[in-house]
Amino acid sequence: MDIPMELYLVVSTIMFFAGVYGFISRRNTLTILISLELILNAVDINFVVFNRFLYPEQMEGFFFTLFAIAVSAAETAVAIAIIINIYRNIQNIDIKNLNKMKN
Amino acid sequence: MDCSIFIIAIPFFMFLLLGLAGHKMSVKVAGLLGTLGLVVITCLSYFIAYRYFFVEGKVDDVFRQIQPYDVLWLKFTETLRVHLGILLDPISVMMLVVITTVSLMVHIYSIGYMKGESGFQRYYALLSLFTFSMLGLVVAGNIFQMYIFWELVGVSSYSLIGFYYTKPSAVAAAKKAFIVTRFADLGFLIGILFLSYYTNTFDFTALTDNHAALVASSVGPSFMGLSVFTWAMALIFIGGAGKSAMLPLHIWLPDAMEGPTPVSALIHAATMVVAGVYLVARFFPVYYFITPGVLHGIAYVGAATSLFAAVVACTQTDIKRVLAFSTISQIAYMLVALGVSGYGGHNGLGYMASMFHLFTHAFFKALLFLCAGAVIHAVHSNEMKDMGGLRKFMPVTHITFLIACLSIAGIPPFSGFFSKDEIMVAALHADKIVFACQFLVAGLTAFYMFRLYYNIFWGKTGHYHHQPHEVGAVMTGPLVFLAVLTIVAGLVPFSELVTSDGIGFGHHIDWTVAVPSICIALAGIGIATWIYKSGSNLSDKVASGFGIVYRWAYHKFYFDELYLFITKSIIFKRICEPVAWFDRHVVDGFMNFQAFWVYKTSGAIKEFQSGNVQQYVWVFIMGAVIIASLAIFL
Repeated sequence: MDIPMELYLVVSTIMFFAGVYGFISRRNTLTILISLELILNAVDINFVVFNRFLYPEQMEGFFFTLFAIAVSAAETAVAIAIIINIYRNIQNIDIKNLNKMKN
Repeated sequence: MDCSIFIIAIPFFMFLLLGLAGHKMSVKVAGLLGTLGLVVITCLSYFIAYRYFFVEGKVDDVFRQIQPYDVLWLKFTETLRVHLGILLDPISVMMLVVITTVSLMVHIYSIGYMKGESGFQRYYALLSLFTFSMLGLVVAGNIFQMYIFWELVGVSSYSLIGFYYTKPSAVAAAKKAFIVTRFADLGFLIGILFLSYYTNTFDFTALTDNHAALVASSVGPSFMGLSVFTWAMALIFIGGAGKSAMLPLHIWLPDAMEGPTPVSALIHAATMVVAGVYLVARFFPVYYFITPGVLHGIAYVGAATSLFAAVVACTQTDIKRVLAFSTISQIAYMLVALGVSGYGGHNGLGYMASMFHLFTHAFFKALLFLCAGAVIHAVHSNEMKDMGGLRKFMPVTHITFLIACLSIAGIPPFSGFFSKDEIMVAALHADKIVFACQFLVAGLTAFYMFRLYYNIFWGKTGHYHHQPHEVGAVMTGPLVFLAVLTIVAGLVPFSELVTSDGIGFGHHIDWTVAVPSICIALAGIGIATWIYKSGSNLSDKVASGFGIVYRWAYHKFYFDELYLFITKSIIFKRICEPVAWFDRHVVDGFMNFQAFWVYKTSGAIKEFQSGNVQQYVWVFIMGAVIIASLAIFL
């Protein structure tokens, strides 16, 4: 059974907008980070899908995805480190409270 | 003559030394150091005077101008250059002698007078500054340099009047002196600019020597019917009138008596206030040949001032104020003499008499002030009513004061007689009205000086808290020295030395003028003796007999009130307040409006920078959506 390309894209679109919604609406920094990962993974799926269906003889999409996963892992590590530091400072990771540098 | 630079340099160095390091010295060292510097330059100036008058100055029977130093300082154009230098001619050498002598006496006297005052070192530093600037003023070879030192003497006078800066009246007097003279100096500056613009030179030698060129260039623009030269010279005289306290710019001088008394003797009697006379004398050929109208004006201003000040001096009760008005009156005398003078030889008698009177007046007026200082030192009051009968307690002061009084009253053989007599002769030959005025003033002078003398030293012995005693030797020394000078200064053959054209002429006392002026002086003394010697209440009766005249004179003819009215009610209220309103509401209002507008706009747009990451993302996504939809649907 062959799944058509559009279905993959529907999944990735849903993931992407779920991520965007989560990014905008959540208050918890960790949840926002998870939403960010969703967005990234949606894009990764798109890369793979387009490579697989449109240019099956080439490999750039797969490699790009691998790189993106590696970079996002590093980025997550940095983000979590920041969040931990924020928690240590203000005993809270609510994004609303992160306005100390504003004034 | 090369040593003349030290006359300027030493006081300046003393000023720096005492001003910067004075507070580290003991009082005694500072006083001695300042006095020592003065001793050196006094000797130097005597030496220069000797060299100038008897060795080097005279060439072919004419005293020439010598410029030992002349350094180019500023170069505006090829022709308009400002030099700094030293110009020696009869009047500047004569002034060197006068200034250093009086300054030295004041320095010595102040060691005793200012003992125990706080700021003793500051006092000596300022005295040195004043001496420096006054000497720089008289030896200035060009009008620009003179103006610089002119302002410097103003500043040092300001700081010395305000020496007791914790006393509000002294501060007010200092401000008044500074503002009034500064106001007059504005005229001086404009006059300098006019003169230098049309003649392309600042140099005194060029300005006073080359009459033909000046006359040619003066046929220039005119304003309100008077040539530009007339305006320039009149404005320059206004500067001189401000410094010399001529009517109506005299109001600062009586108030300047708030300063320490030796300062009054030095600055406000002997030296700085005659700067105006010196200025007119410097420019005398220009005044005489090119703007004789201004010279007549000077004579009339002088005559009016001398009469006015003499009348006021008869009514004042503060002894220093009497002396201040007497100073105004005597300076006006000098200006009258200049105003009625001719040029060259015996015609220049007025010029010579003016300088002669400047010379003698410096000594006897300084002596009067120093005596007054000694009296004030002894009784701790400036008011006549607190004094009386002091001749028993202060014999030296009494005798020296009497000598000075006789001198200023014009009794022979004291010096004032000789100089005053020559002024009278010059006035008689030139203008009968001015002569009559001066004749009357001579009588009044004798009267008010002896009123002062009797009120201080005779009359009823006052009730003193402690026995007044004669001041120490450091103070009586200068008194005696100045008294000797007062006696002998009249014997200087002035007409041989200081004349309008540098050529000496023989002069003998004109007894037809001298006898009446001695008579009126004796009459003044006699009336004063009759009224004041016994200390009876006759003086009050006489005062009330004059009624309104006395009251007006007592209030100095309401000049101060007039100035206050003009400044407070007219200038401040009618001009300054609307200007301030305009400034506050229109100028500031425009700026405030701009600031308000910027504030509101920034308030409106600063919401974009909320610091809220999720909002940024929201805006970003919406923007992306809009751009995407535009790309798709258009």
